[in-house]
Amino acid sequence: MTRADKADLLLRIARERILVKDGPYGSMIQGYKLDEDGFRGGRTFNHDQKGDNDLLNVTRPEIVGEICDAYLAAGADIVATNTFNANAISLSDYGIQTMAREINIAAAKITREHADRWTAKDPDKPRFVVGALGPTNKTLSVSPNVNDPGYRAVSFDEVKAIYREQIDGLLEGGVDFILVETVFDTLNAKAALVAADEAAEALDEELPVMVSMTLTDLAGRNLSGQTVEAFWHSIRHVRPLTMGLNCSFGATELQPYVADMNGRVDSLVCVYPNAGLPNDMGAYDEPPELTAKLVRKWAEAGWINVVGGCCGTTPAHIKAIADAVRDLPPRRAPSLVPALRLSGMEAASFF
Amino acid sequence: MAAEPIQPQPQAGRASFINIGERTNVTGSAQFKKLILGGDYNAAVEVARQQVENGAQIIDVNMDEGLLDAEKAMETFLKLIAAEPDIARVPIMIDSSKWSVIEAGLKCVAGKPIVNSISMKEGIEPFKAQARKIRRYGAAAVVMAFDEKGQADTIQRKVEICQRAYRILVDEVGFPAEDIIFDPNIFAVATGIEEHNNYGVDFIEATRQIKATCPHARISGGVSNLSFSFRGNEPVRKAMHSVFLYHAIQAGMDMGIVNAGQLEVYDQIPRELRDACEDVILNRTPNGTERLLELAPKYKGTGATAETVDAEWRSWPVEKRLEHALVKGMDQFVVDDTEEARQVAAKPIEVIEGPLMAGMNVVGDLFGAGKMFLPQVVKSARVMKKAVAHLIPYIEAEKSAGQRAKGTIVMATVKGDVHDIGKNIVGVVLQCNNFEVIDLGVMVPFQDILKAANENKADIIGLSGLITPSLDEMQTVAEQMTRQDFKIPLLIGGATTSKVHTALRIAPKYQGPTVHVLDASRAVGVCTALTSDTQAEDFATKVAAEYEAIRIERGDGTKEKLASLADARANALKIDWPNYTPPKPAFTGTRVFAEYPLHELVERIDWTPFFRAWELAGTYPAILEDPVVGESARKLFADARKMLDRVVREKWLTAKGVVGFWPCRRVGDDVVLYEDEGRTKELSRLYFLRQQVEKRAGRPNMCLADFISPDADWIGGFAVTAGHGIEERLARFKAEHDDYSDILLKALADRLAEAFAERLHERARKTLWGYAPDEALSNAELVREKYRGIRPAPGYPACPDHSQKPELFRLLNAGQNAGMTLTESFAMLPTAAVSGYYFAHPEAAYFGVARIGRDQVEDYAKRRGVDIEQAEQWLRPNLGYNS
Repeated sequence: MTRADKADLLLRIARERILVKDGPYGSMIQGYKLDEDGFRGGRTFNHDQKGDNDLLNVTRPEIVGEICDAYLAAGADIVATNTFNANAISLSDYGIQTMAREINIAAAKITREHADRWTAKDPDKPRFVVGALGPTNKTLSVSPNVNDPGYRAVSFDEVKAIYREQIDGLLEGGVDFILVETVFDTLNAKAALVAADEAAEALDEELPVMVSMTLTDLAGRNLSGQTVEAFWHSIRHVRPLTMGLNCSFGATELQPYVADMNGRVDSLVCVYPNAGLPNDMGAYDEPPELTAKLVRKWAEAGWINVVGGCCGTTPAHIKAIADAVRDLPPRRAPSLVPALRLSGMEAASFF
Repeated sequence: MAAEPIQPQPQAGRASFINIGERTNVTGSAQFKKLILGGDYNAAVEVARQQVENGAQIIDVNMDEGLLDAEKAMETFLKLIAAEPDIARVPIMIDSSKWSVIEAGLKCVAGKPIVNSISMKEGIEPFKAQARKIRRYGAAAVVMAFDEKGQADTIQRKVEICQRAYRILVDEVGFPAEDIIFDPNIFAVATGIEEHNNYGVDFIEATRQIKATCPHARISGGVSNLSFSFRGNEPVRKAMHSVFLYHAIQAGMDMGIVNAGQLEVYDQIPRELRDACEDVILNRTPNGTERLLELAPKYKGTGATAETVDAEWRSWPVEKRLEHALVKGMDQFVVDDTEEARQVAAKPIEVIEGPLMAGMNVVGDLFGAGKMFLPQVVKSARVMKKAVAHLIPYIEAEKSAGQRAKGTIVMATVKGDVHDIGKNIVGVVLQCNNFEVIDLGVMVPFQDILKAANENKADIIGLSGLITPSLDEMQTVAEQMTRQDFKIPLLIGGATTSKVHTALRIAPKYQGPTVHVLDASRAVGVCTALTSDTQAEDFATKVAAEYEAIRIERGDGTKEKLASLADARANALKIDWPNYTPPKPAFTGTRVFAEYPLHELVERIDWTPFFRAWELAGTYPAILEDPVVGESARKLFADARKMLDRVVREKWLTAKGVVGFWPCRRVGDDVVLYEDEGRTKELSRLYFLRQQVEKRAGRPNMCLADFISPDADWIGGFAVTAGHGIEERLARFKAEHDDYSDILLKALADRLAEAFAERLHERARKTLWGYAPDEALSNAELVREKYRGIRPAPGYPACPDHSQKPELFRLLNAGQNAGMTLTESFAMLPTAAVSGYYFAHPEAAYFGVARIGRDQVEDYAKRRGVDIEQAEQWLRPNLGYNS
């Protein structure tokens, strides 16, 4: 099956029911309480690796596999690779920027293997593998230097190149789609989307993408200053498989923006919130039943096609969410009137 | 599905003209070029800011200058403006003749921009490659009418090249048609060369043909080329641009690179100049150029508008002149007079505190004494705002701003609601009374309201809303205020709000004082009391006691009794169906009215509600002769008629609507709609509510479904708006601090929408449904609804659930057919809109569902397949029990 066929299959299923996406790797990895040696897994490095979750794809594949498996067992239809920071810019914090491609291939293979095993077990519930691209820790829209608003720490072409490296690795390892997630900077996301388009062109095939924005303030904007609608206009040209939101806040705070997307977004809508807001200790303590109850409200309102969890959610949350939305119909995307839809920080539509 | 629409789809782009700011262009602005060449990017950024403030909806950035590294300059400038939310909120047009500059620009813009431009000048392949890249970056594109043979000059070449480019882009590149903007080249006319004489006509006619043959594509152009031969004579150039745009826009031109602030109003161009321009642009006479050349020197260096005559009051002392201007609401000289007063004052703030406030006090006294009415007060406020706007830079320069406002009030129309006429009136009246008003606009989420209140150290928060779901949102705001430990007073206003609702539902949720304000005239008293050191506590206590009394009275079951749903259904209206043949509509499915002639609606306007919006009580036309408000009403009416004339003539607004009819039958309290006349394929289901208030003998418990036959019947639906294009005008009024015109236009648009609904209903009765072909009623009889059939609207008394609107919109395809959408609270956009159902039965009549019992809410929830909490939320204002 080509990636385009996989996308068709997903769209077909999405007409019947709400799909479930997995939860995060980070908080699950913390549960293993790995020390420096635990991260290194017997390999030698010149730099400390404790906390380098993406490295585990290479040094501790069994741990990554276990987490992926737990989400599949919880009922996730879509599982992402453990590659949120597996790009050369972020990996350079650990001095292993040269390992980007290796890590992405390994991550994709682990996720692919587990997903395929579950698909084989129950062919009526095919599982999908998405290669996750995080936002990197550099931003193309904002100057890191307050005295020089025109300065940027990286260029568009640099960001595009590190994403391309990551995408090529993920495709080689066998992912179905690319997920550009936790987009706080729209230009970074554009660089990733251009990289994906160029990668697809090089392979002469279609590469479906999912795009997920994150909000950096309660006024509903990202770091580039864009509203959800403005962001949607910025990326709509790639005709994403899903558009949506992740991270930012809990389901309560995200609700108005999920509602807002409903009438404007003509792709599938995918949202994976955090388990509430962090408590005084910075930990997430919203219980699975509560997250599931909140998410169910979106489904009842007919706002949602794909739903999962972000920071603080666990396989228990994903299972509760899967159970909560099982009997509810999926959102039906509107068909939009043709119009010149532009944006700055705000959307501007001319009908 | 339903039958095809009979009329073609509305032609996109007719509704409004898009202004593209032209000043951030080194080829067009000598000033900007100097700044960029001198490396003064800070000042260059300010040019961009002014553009946006002056109403540019898109800003064009061009760095094509031989002495510049254009790629670098484009990059630097775009990165700098990305940090300016006031500028970067609008889309960018990346303008260059060099592809490398365009690509550099595309890598700096987070939003979705427009590329200006690409063409087939170098051949098809480079054109396709560039188009593909633009698509990859996610931008729209201006395509010049240019091919290997050169720039298109004749109609035929322009049309041919654009059509060819369109097919290549759409069919081969997969470029979305709606992202294509053609520039069919505006060339200079009146150059003295005979071949140039038809260039204006060529552009206009080509525009018409391209729009007709390339669906969804847009037309743009650089307007200033046109008048190139009159360089140095700005008045004539401006007049030429206005005349040209007047005709080009009618032909379908959607956008233009123009200095919008400098356009002349078509109607205000002196007749002889306008005619001469028209002769040249439309190439109407062989000697047009000579005539314009002869006339040109006469207008050079003058304003092209007619001179105004100084009246006697202009010789009065400046304080008196300011007072006169404020009381009369005349803004013509106010900036000059304010400046004169400033020059003699010790400090600029004294002009405000002295003559201006004295003048406003006169206005306030006259208003308080009932000698002046709201429309004049709003006009006075416009004058005041202009004066203050002139002084603010001086006050800030002195850094001594000790403005002694009586208090700061943060006001907003709550999230999900878009109605703001009443709120704006309250804001203006409060400002006239020396309150600082921070108006957050419409659809404001509670986060923004509370943030603004904190940042501005507000003394009071005021919430407004018109539709019933806003009542829920106001409760949310109240809850959040408590949660964030606010204690300042909360004011509630708007058409559906009431003292009882505020007392029962909102006040208990908020720990501070909560006060319902009935109308603008009460707002000043309430705010003054609440911000007074001596009266605030007394006033709050008094209101709290009054609301407590309301709660006690409502709490102990003094309400009228409700019948059970079963009993209410048993007491339904009994129509003698066997002896009635439902009339069959002339068509089923939808019919679109893409651009309804406004003049036809003007005669249908029901003026009484218009005066009510301005708090002038009385019935039209008697109100014009009313001894108390008559004079005020007459002046308002004259202003309204004047604006209405311009609305119609200059097409400020576009009315769009859609009507539909469907086969149906009644099933219980539902009406089931079918795709086919055999009534086998269910299309939709409408859920209606039944009165449960106990009735006197012989009076039925009404439900709209009762007007539909249980066997075979038809039902209609409609959605109309007169609000397309209004935003552009309102933005202009806002920029001019002209609240009066702002409110006037909104109120007129609302009236036009109502008139549209009324007119379509008439056509429905006479022809579209056609059950009353011979109806002949006067306008007054129409207003009194003396006809057969009704058009109840979801959200109004007979069918109070707003959440039925999405289904009505879906049936009508109102988005595509009329450009109408709904907010999350089911408010319609554009705001000036009406939608509803048509019922044809002679006994069909309006009624109010009023309070309903839990049994009906449970039944309704089940019918609609939602849980009871959801149904209660939808039906909150009608719940006859405590949920």
